[in-house]
Amino acid sequence: MKSMWKQAGVVGAAILAASQSALAEYGYNLQVPASKVAQDVFQLHNFIMLVCLGIFVVVFGAMFYSLLKHRKSVGHKAANFHENTTVELVWTVIPFIVLMGMAYPAAKVVIDMKDTSNPDMTIKITGYQWKWGYDYLNDDVSFYSTLSTPREQITGAAAKGEHYLLEVDEPMVVPIGKRVRLLITANDVLHAWWVPALGAKQDAIPGFIRDIWFKADKIGTFRGQCVELCGKDHGFMPIVVEVVSEEDYKAWVAKKKGGAQVAAADNTKTFDTAELISRGEKVYQANCAACHQANGMGLPGAFPAISGSAIATGPIDAHINIILNGKPGTAMAAFASQLSDADIAAVVTYQRNAWDNKMGDAAQPAAIASARGGAAEAAAPAAQ
Amino acid sequence: MSDAAHAHDDHGHHAHPTGIMRWLTTTNHKDIGSLYLFFALFMLFVAGSMALLIRAELFQPGLQLVHPDFFNQLTTMHGLIMIFGVIMPAFSGFANWQVPLMLGAPDMAFPRMNNWAFWLLPVAGFFLLVSFWLPGGAVAGGWTMYPPLFIQGGISYDLTILAVHIMGLSSIMGSINIITTILNMRAPGLTLMKMPLFVWTWLITAYLLIATMPVLAGAVTMLLTDRNFGTHFFNAAGGGDPVMFQHIFWFFAHPEVYILILPAFGIVSQVIPTFARKPLFGYASMVYATASIAVLSFIVWAHHMFTVGMPVTAQLFFMFSTMLIAVPTGVKVFNWVATMWKGSMTFETPMLFAIAFVCLFTIGGFSGLVLAIAPVDIQLHDTYYVVAHFHYVLVSGALFAIFAGLYYWLPKWTGHMYNETLGKWHFWLSVIGMNIVFFPMHFLGLAGMPRRIPDYALQFTEFNQIATVGAFIFGFSQLILLTVVLKAIKGGEKATTQVWEGAEGLEWTVPSPAPYHTFETAPVVK
Repeated sequence: MKSMWKQAGVVGAAILAASQSALAEYGYNLQVPASKVAQDVFQLHNFIMLVCLGIFVVVFGAMFYSLLKHRKSVGHKAANFHENTTVELVWTVIPFIVLMGMAYPAAKVVIDMKDTSNPDMTIKITGYQWKWGYDYLNDDVSFYSTLSTPREQITGAAAKGEHYLLEVDEPMVVPIGKRVRLLITANDVLHAWWVPALGAKQDAIPGFIRDIWFKADKIGTFRGQCVELCGKDHGFMPIVVEVVSEEDYKAWVAKKKGGAQVAAADNTKTFDTAELISRGEKVYQANCAACHQANGMGLPGAFPAISGSAIATGPIDAHINIILNGKPGTAMAAFASQLSDADIAAVVTYQRNAWDNKMGDAAQPAAIASARGGAAEAAAPAAQ
Repeated sequence: MSDAAHAHDDHGHHAHPTGIMRWLTTTNHKDIGSLYLFFALFMLFVAGSMALLIRAELFQPGLQLVHPDFFNQLTTMHGLIMIFGVIMPAFSGFANWQVPLMLGAPDMAFPRMNNWAFWLLPVAGFFLLVSFWLPGGAVAGGWTMYPPLFIQGGISYDLTILAVHIMGLSSIMGSINIITTILNMRAPGLTLMKMPLFVWTWLITAYLLIATMPVLAGAVTMLLTDRNFGTHFFNAAGGGDPVMFQHIFWFFAHPEVYILILPAFGIVSQVIPTFARKPLFGYASMVYATASIAVLSFIVWAHHMFTVGMPVTAQLFFMFSTMLIAVPTGVKVFNWVATMWKGSMTFETPMLFAIAFVCLFTIGGFSGLVLAIAPVDIQLHDTYYVVAHFHYVLVSGALFAIFAGLYYWLPKWTGHMYNETLGKWHFWLSVIGMNIVFFPMHFLGLAGMPRRIPDYALQFTEFNQIATVGAFIFGFSQLILLTVVLKAIKGGEKATTQVWEGAEGLEWTVPSPAPYHTFETAPVVK
């Protein structure tokens, strides 16, 4: 019933959508802005829509009047006029003037958006198939951010949560009121980073770095998605930005740094096989299952199976190598820069012992570190 | 399919092969025109079915019917086929039928090349469709074929590149034929500035095709060598640039947008004066507006790329040049309205589609203007707003004009009036269905729903459900079109030579159906 009312309201609301910023919260207009740029774009859009609406009413008012009055069935006789230089000049010049009136405010916003100078902080963002990597250049914090919506919600086996598909394990956190410069690039294919409420969108281009900026003026959680087709899971790599107070931001940075030390300590440990397998399963679900599937069977023709594969049941060095360096020309990414030694050791061990692969052997973090030796340089992206 | 065509045979002067060989070997512009139109009609249902599968998947959040990779294959193939397999062949069909008839020419300038240009198309169509059954499935990188994603795919990606080459070849040959016919084979006295506007728009379109198809061929050839022969045109690690592909691609694809709409302008400019019983208001300014749109189309391409991160001057240049296109486009809309003004209008199906075209294409034009504003485009780029925009210009624009032209000339082609009641049903269901599908997509885009995703967040549910309902109304109402066409071919009320009371031009001086050979002696135009 509720949705019926909503549907009935669509047509009427369409007419109002242009001018009523209040309608934004009902989803008929751009999202409620949380930065100055987004606010400027919001107002620009409303202004353009109003002008368009005005023109539409005048031109099609005339047309529909004509359709009613100048029809043969009401006995209207056709006039025979055509070609009138004055009229034709008028309807060429007036639109031109109207367009100039639109171009001026638009140009001001373009110039403002493009000015990325004097940032308070800089974050490098890297798009991967299919997750985002964040490097805080001033605060020395780095992490990956992946979709946290459980698989069961997507397949319909569980009820969908409030932020279905728009939730991640590690949000990007920024302080309010700071000019944040984003350096955006990609590791494999094109992606695009977009948070509508912040008015920030930029294509992520492998091998090139492009920059944009925003300054959030509201505390809150803002959600967006990848908006450049990047393969199978394009629809499943959301972006979450948490805008917090300066103090909360500092606390968050301190916490992240503590976490990084714990993770680094793991890289020098020796684990038993059971520990590696249980840790490896989590790494596998987060990084590998999208293509190779949770059951290790892959997708025939597109993504190879790991269960029973020559690599996962062959020499362990070759197995480690393909995870570190990927397979050029395919969707298989190089994970050398994405996963820690402990995580790679765990996932290799998991893959060699799960499903039909009963290899019984294990890789330790130390083995990954030594495999990295020469490989790390070869795997480093050219642009960095 | 061949019943009506056989009837034409009686008028022929030579012994013709019959059955399939007749169609394979035909060099007659009317036969080839029909072949193009039947091909387009068939592909409309193929690519339309893909659209319905896409909309069915998007009826609710979650993955229900298709796997994400297959979803991407559907969106990619829907786009490629609708553009290269439906809209372009349909316009070529109109050109083949109408250009010689409107010019008083006996046939196209190069009849054998004409045959070749058509028969390449089913080959390309076969390559595209068969790729669904190859390992890895059909191409899933979007119709824009952006690298590096396009480099990752399997064998069907190479096959698609081949298909694009073949379709480009077909278009170039068709265009050379059309230009030569128009420039050399006009009836005595038919000067360029007396040509029907449909012929003018196709002349300009053909030049656009010749200018841009080789550019597309270059772009996809570079993809092919990047994929198979170790080049790095679009790979930064080898000194290339993925964005360069986008520049080259859109240098082709923006003029392509006008290739898809200029002949539509031409058709509508024939239909409206006929049913308003009043000459086109500004013939000369319509010709100049068409030419200006064509010229401008070469300097606006990067407005498809505002989010790649261009220098501020480039951003401003492409924004201003894009906005400028609104001027000649406005001139066209004003002219159509002024042609209707104080006319004596009747509302047969072709006129209904033409009026819907003017109104709904203008909505697509306005959303185009919104998207021309670079800061707004940056918010809306790659969202459903863009999907709404280009479907308003391609469905209620190009496709509705094709419908208008089809109903308009069908009596001349078949010799029978189509069923007006069914025509009106087709019109009303199409126009209502079309708006239910695509209007809510503006809101989805504004609210932040990206395009090309198989699953979406919960706040987008209602509008997606509305759109899916509309899609099924629109899709299934095209079966009425099929019925109308088949019924008109089989029989019905005999059409007169003039067909429409207000129709003017050489094509209305030959009997209905148009004999197999027309204008063997050129008419004289005063």
